[in-house]
Amino acid sequence: MAKLQVEMVTAEGRVLSQEADFVKAPGLDGELGVLPRHIPLMTPLRTGEVLVRNDGNEEYLFVAGGFLEVLPDKVVILADAAERAEDIDEQRAEEARRRAQQILEQKGEVESPEAAAALERAMFRLRVAELRKRRRQPPPPQPGG
Amino acid sequence: MASLRDIRRRIRSVQNTRKITKAMELVAAAKMRRAQQRVAAARPYADEITSVMAELMRRNLEYTHPYLEMREVRRRALILVTSDRGLAGALNANNIRVAVREMNSAGVPVAVVTIGRKGRDMMRRLRKDLIAEVSQLGDAPTMGDVLPAIRVAIEQYESGDADQLDMVYARFISAGRQEAVVGRLLPVEPPEGAEKVAADFLYEPEPKDVLDALLPRYIEAQVYRAVLENLASEQAARMVAMRNASDNAEELIGDLTLTANKVRQATITTELMEIVGGAAALEG
Repeated sequence: MAKLQVEMVTAEGRVLSQEADFVKAPGLDGELGVLPRHIPLMTPLRTGEVLVRNDGNEEYLFVAGGFLEVLPDKVVILADAAERAEDIDEQRAEEARRRAQQILEQKGEVESPEAAAALERAMFRLRVAELRKRRRQPPPPQPGG
Repeated sequence: MASLRDIRRRIRSVQNTRKITKAMELVAAAKMRRAQQRVAAARPYADEITSVMAELMRRNLEYTHPYLEMREVRRRALILVTSDRGLAGALNANNIRVAVREMNSAGVPVAVVTIGRKGRDMMRRLRKDLIAEVSQLGDAPTMGDVLPAIRVAIEQYESGDADQLDMVYARFISAGRQEAVVGRLLPVEPPEGAEKVAADFLYEPEPKDVLDALLPRYIEAQVYRAVLENLASEQAARMVAMRNASDNAEELIGDLTLTANKVRQATITTELMEIVGGAAALEG
């Protein structure tokens, strides 16, 4: 079966470069599932998790906004920030989450969109780190394309 | 002629200076290698975003973005990248000279955003229109460190306070050669690139959203790359400057040692003459 070449890069360096059977990414309009021979596509990304599946192996990565380019045999993710699950500093994310929540309680979401964005990033970091620990369990339901 | 003691003191002083410049040379060499690695690490992103840009620009989208439109240039903005620290040869002086020349020949008001302390201080001294600055970036600046300054510059363009945005930085050519260059950021000059697929792209949700997301990042990536490259240039320039300083110190030590020996010889000769003279006087 045809494979996808996945390239995930940030301004600071390459995060991931490997083959895959399936990639899931948080597009601006919703989750996006990509299989080989997908129609060429470009979309901005939201903050969220990226799933890369290859030969039954699944890897979750954290991505904080960016840009996705899909070619028939290649997926390029230009991330503003990205981390592999094992590189996530859970303690730091937990602290960031608490800090952001405090600010939000005081000011509200409209007043401090930065805190809301920080909270979102922290939540997804923690989620990706969590998903890695539970990898042995059955995968989450398949998203649509 | 200076006394022997004074000369010996100077030799010791120059030797100490040489130790410092030698150490700085070695540190700069190590830092330059790491800075080069950072430039290399940033390359995949820059390459990918450039190829995506080229791909997007080739397809004549119905929608054009303000970043792509040429307009009459009434005001300009400039991002000046320099180092935080000195003792880097002519590096900062060159960057500043090129930036000032660019401003003076523009014929229109130019606002300036500086990245790095040296440029900031100089722009203040010259009473230029400094609208934003970041400094104290250290050896490993992240995108997050330089982003605020870049955003200010882009906002100038968006609000119409600038019709053109350029940057000045030291391009790293080799360890022995760096060059202060001017690069255009806005309006964006579409990059060239090979065509990837013949089929049309699907833009989610709309081409406008894709361009809105891509163009600022394209500019940011270019500036970030310039900052990293300037850092490598800074270390390279410092390494060469410190090597020259060490060589000069070495030469000076040689000259001074020669002088010291001559003075010592002369003193001994004089003393001998006196003794011989004294003995002769007693005999006589």
